[in-house]
Amino acid sequence: MSRPELVAPPEIYYGDIEAKKYTNNTRVQQIQADMTYRALELLNLPPDDPAFLLDIGCGSGLSGEILDQEGYTWVGCDIAPSMLEVALEREVEGDLFLQDIGQGFGFRPGSFDGAISISVLQWLLNAETSHPTSSPPHRLNRFFTTLHSALRNPSRAVLQFYPTSDDQIQLITSTAQKAGFGGGVIVDYPNSKKARKVFLCLFVGGGGAQQVPQGLEGDEVEDDSQARFEKRREKLKARGKNGRRKNIKDKDWILKKKELYRQRGKESVPRDSKYTGRKRKTVF
Amino acid sequence: MVRLITHNLLACHAKGCTSNNFPLKLQDVAIEVREAEFNPDFVRGFLPRLEWKALVQAARELGDTSLPEEMPEMVDDGFLKNLHHVLLEIHIDEGAMICPNCGHTYPISNGIPNMLLAEHEIG
Repeated sequence: MSRPELVAPPEIYYGDIEAKKYTNNTRVQQIQADMTYRALELLNLPPDDPAFLLDIGCGSGLSGEILDQEGYTWVGCDIAPSMLEVALEREVEGDLFLQDIGQGFGFRPGSFDGAISISVLQWLLNAETSHPTSSPPHRLNRFFTTLHSALRNPSRAVLQFYPTSDDQIQLITSTAQKAGFGGGVIVDYPNSKKARKVFLCLFVGGGGAQQVPQGLEGDEVEDDSQARFEKRREKLKARGKNGRRKNIKDKDWILKKKELYRQRGKESVPRDSKYTGRKRKTVF
Repeated sequence: MVRLITHNLLACHAKGCTSNNFPLKLQDVAIEVREAEFNPDFVRGFLPRLEWKALVQAARELGDTSLPEEMPEMVDDGFLKNLHHVLLEIHIDEGAMICPNCGHTYPISNGIPNMLLAEHEIG
């Protein structure tokens, strides 16, 4: 499947139907929730301090709901009206704005204690018109400079996104640095295809003494909430009807292997014959 | 669902509009009062970030006169409750916000303000 940001601009891609689909998908909900918790962890806000946060690209409020639960007051903005409508239906607590983050924010300096953004930045990387203000570098620059001024000193912004290439990461980090941010990119589960997540962790102020947090390593933690019995079911399926496991290295298996070796150009693969995969007689 | 807490942070972000662009003027507003949980620590912590004059002015425009003209030196519970009500419980549902400098109108419909700019207004 191609990436949604390559299909259409966000306000069109997330139309009424797609917005509902997206919000009601339990898998999406789970992933968004996990990433929101991780982003909050990276934000490293002082505990028991009621903070005022900005949710960039809040969509239908999947992440906002978690901010509500955690007791934060927040403001969300998104460019897709249909997503915001779903958010209204879900009665999230935060204030919602219809805003194009590539056009910049109008918030007064020092308004927010922190900002999070889940799966949004990649949408800024496509030019929709040939007008100079819609080029990705210009939009990123506008976004980061206005975000930098809207945040308090010191504070952090954690932005999770899906880059397609290292060039994109390079462009985003260099633009953020030019806007005055410190910090860098954190990659969680770098060796996992599925669980790999890229977070951009940006610092405002702090004198450059802050360390970029470590990404999570290893395989993804086995998630108990979904598909717990998948493995067991597969094992059961592998066993035949009579309850015993069927012999794996039968004739089909051998033929398949030999075919594979031939394709790979391995030399001296024996010919197939009627004796292939047959058992020898037991000889005394 | 623009609350006054966000209205108090919002300035115009159109191209070249850098001075006198705060506070945005409210016009033809319809408000709704929805109760929210009172968190005195949050309100107290937010005090220094508020532009007091703009807040009082906006509150009066919406018909709430519970706030004093000047920010009081002594902060007591009654005052915090009033402030909480003004900041977090009054929601603007319909209307518009107008920039006092460049006159750009940000319409609010269904509680969501439209902050999109036209191509020539992007800074």
